[in-house]
Amino acid sequence: MSVDQKTVRRIAHLARIAVTDEDVPHLQGELNAILSFVEQLNEVNVEGVEPMTSVTPLVMKKRQDGVTDGGYADKIVQNAPATEDNFFLVPKVIE
Amino acid sequence: MGGRVKPGHDAEAEIRTVTELTHLTLAEARDGLKAKTFSATELTKAHIQAVEQARALNAYVRETPDQALAMAKASEERIAKGEARPLEGIPLGIKDLFCTEGVETTAGSNILKGFKPPYESTVTRNLWNDGAVMLGKLNMDEFAMGSSNETSAFKPVVSPWRREGSNVGAGTSGSIEGTHLVPGGSSGGSAAAVAAHLCLAATATDTGGSIRQPAAFTGTVGIKPTYGRVSRWGTVAFASSLDQAGPIARNVRDAAIMLRSMASPDAKDTTCVDMPVPDYEAAVGRGVKGLKIGIPKEYRVDGMSPEIETLWEQGTAWLRAAGAEIVEVSLPHTKYALPAYYIVAPAEASSNLARYDGVRYGLRENGKDIVELYEKTRAAGFGREVKRRIMIGTYVLSAGYYDAYYVRAQQIRTLIKRDFEEVYASGVDAILTPATPSAAFGIGEKGSGDPVEMYLNDIFTVTVNMAGLPGLAVPAGLDAQGLPLGLQLIGRAFDEETLFAAGQVIEDAAGRIALPQAWWKA
Repeated sequence: MSVDQKTVRRIAHLARIAVTDEDVPHLQGELNAILSFVEQLNEVNVEGVEPMTSVTPLVMKKRQDGVTDGGYADKIVQNAPATEDNFFLVPKVIE
Repeated sequence: MGGRVKPGHDAEAEIRTVTELTHLTLAEARDGLKAKTFSATELTKAHIQAVEQARALNAYVRETPDQALAMAKASEERIAKGEARPLEGIPLGIKDLFCTEGVETTAGSNILKGFKPPYESTVTRNLWNDGAVMLGKLNMDEFAMGSSNETSAFKPVVSPWRREGSNVGAGTSGSIEGTHLVPGGSSGGSAAAVAAHLCLAATATDTGGSIRQPAAFTGTVGIKPTYGRVSRWGTVAFASSLDQAGPIARNVRDAAIMLRSMASPDAKDTTCVDMPVPDYEAAVGRGVKGLKIGIPKEYRVDGMSPEIETLWEQGTAWLRAAGAEIVEVSLPHTKYALPAYYIVAPAEASSNLARYDGVRYGLRENGKDIVELYEKTRAAGFGREVKRRIMIGTYVLSAGYYDAYYVRAQQIRTLIKRDFEEVYASGVDAILTPATPSAAFGIGEKGSGDPVEMYLNDIFTVTVNMAGLPGLAVPAGLDAQGLPLGLQLIGRAFDEETLFAAGQVIEDAAGRIALPQAWWKA
């Protein structure tokens, strides 16, 4: 499989990365190089093979559903580019 | 080493002391501190000076000398009271992927510039709790995506190694002239700092080979532990099912000492195991007598250089001479590990890196609406390799392609793991392979047109991440250009001890690789 320029733009939008007209051709080339490299996986017979979900046989850890941390909103927002009263500020989302 | 540095000493004596203190192994430094041959402050000051004089290598992206001296002073007091902990007063470098409280942590990316974590990663917390001293944060490929440290937003690291007869030398105004070699990646800063004696050991992380490949390129020892042995909490995530932290050190014993302190159970990471951490150092001298070492035939890849082949045969002979039984084994799905990795890792990365949106931390580029803010922030903040991988990941997870790419890759991952399980079930204790397909290459030499050319660096290491197993890279010799080459030992899950034991046998047989002299000094 390979991607065309329209698909490159669609993926970029899905990934929320702005691309310029100059970016598209080289991104297309690089993505297609990777896609052609992974093409060889089609040779493998995977009939009936379980897809891996956990690399080590782990049992999900459980704990009491209680509050163990928190109470420092100022620390949570201290690295944010724009805040007000311990809220993150973003452009208006709902018209 | 001799006495303490006294005021009024001459400059030459000072240089000698700096060199002597920075050239100790971690174990020797620990013993010297305990015997009070030198103080924790003297040891830290020597390293701070070495770091300052090596800025041309670009191994550190942030130096923290004040913090280092304060930590050293606290260690000195502990030692005086006879309360030294396992790493008391030992100066370390920390890869910039580990969150350090109040100290900028960027993962080598512009998108995180200025980010000061209000918390400490479990790995670094464990090191400080054991008395270690932080010299600063180490350069790396952006978000740990790379095999040469060239994707860093802070520019590449220069390897302390030079090709024989190379024109590289210290230039004027702190720059370096000539053709630089890469230290490998993504833990390039960690490997370069350890090899150049700019710390006694360093933390690193490995998703597809990022500890073992730079260790092999720089003549140092690196271990990627079993998935789940070391907590991932507070370490910036790349591909969560593959990421694992481990140390890079100057010899096998030092790596064992480091791993014991880095590893721990951790309630904050659900994939971190609740198993006691063994005393890895005790395993170092155990030898390989009676062990069965597997040599996988599928690692003899087409076009393998005769030098690598010879190195591998040499390593096999050393282990045999030390009493191991050598058997040929088969790992039939080896060749599919790298392509499957380039589906699984970007898929997980595209999801993990969605958090960099210009809202909660890091860079923000404003836009007319929220979508434009996201798109402009991420376009400005991520470098080319990171964008490429996020886009591949987005594509293979998108509707209509998920089964063809992602599910198939995870099925192949099951087959890769099964290959290893069958070999270990047949009684094999560890597997010996080359660590990399070649020695270090020059900056700018690889991957500029085709990203896959760079990806092939991880061909021998990536299988280990896909199967969640431990892997150790140990220096085993030099190539015709005088550059280090490494071998890799792959172990059973949670049997790092056998890797340290076998690694020490190779280290003893190969002899300590003479690390480069400080030609880069400012």
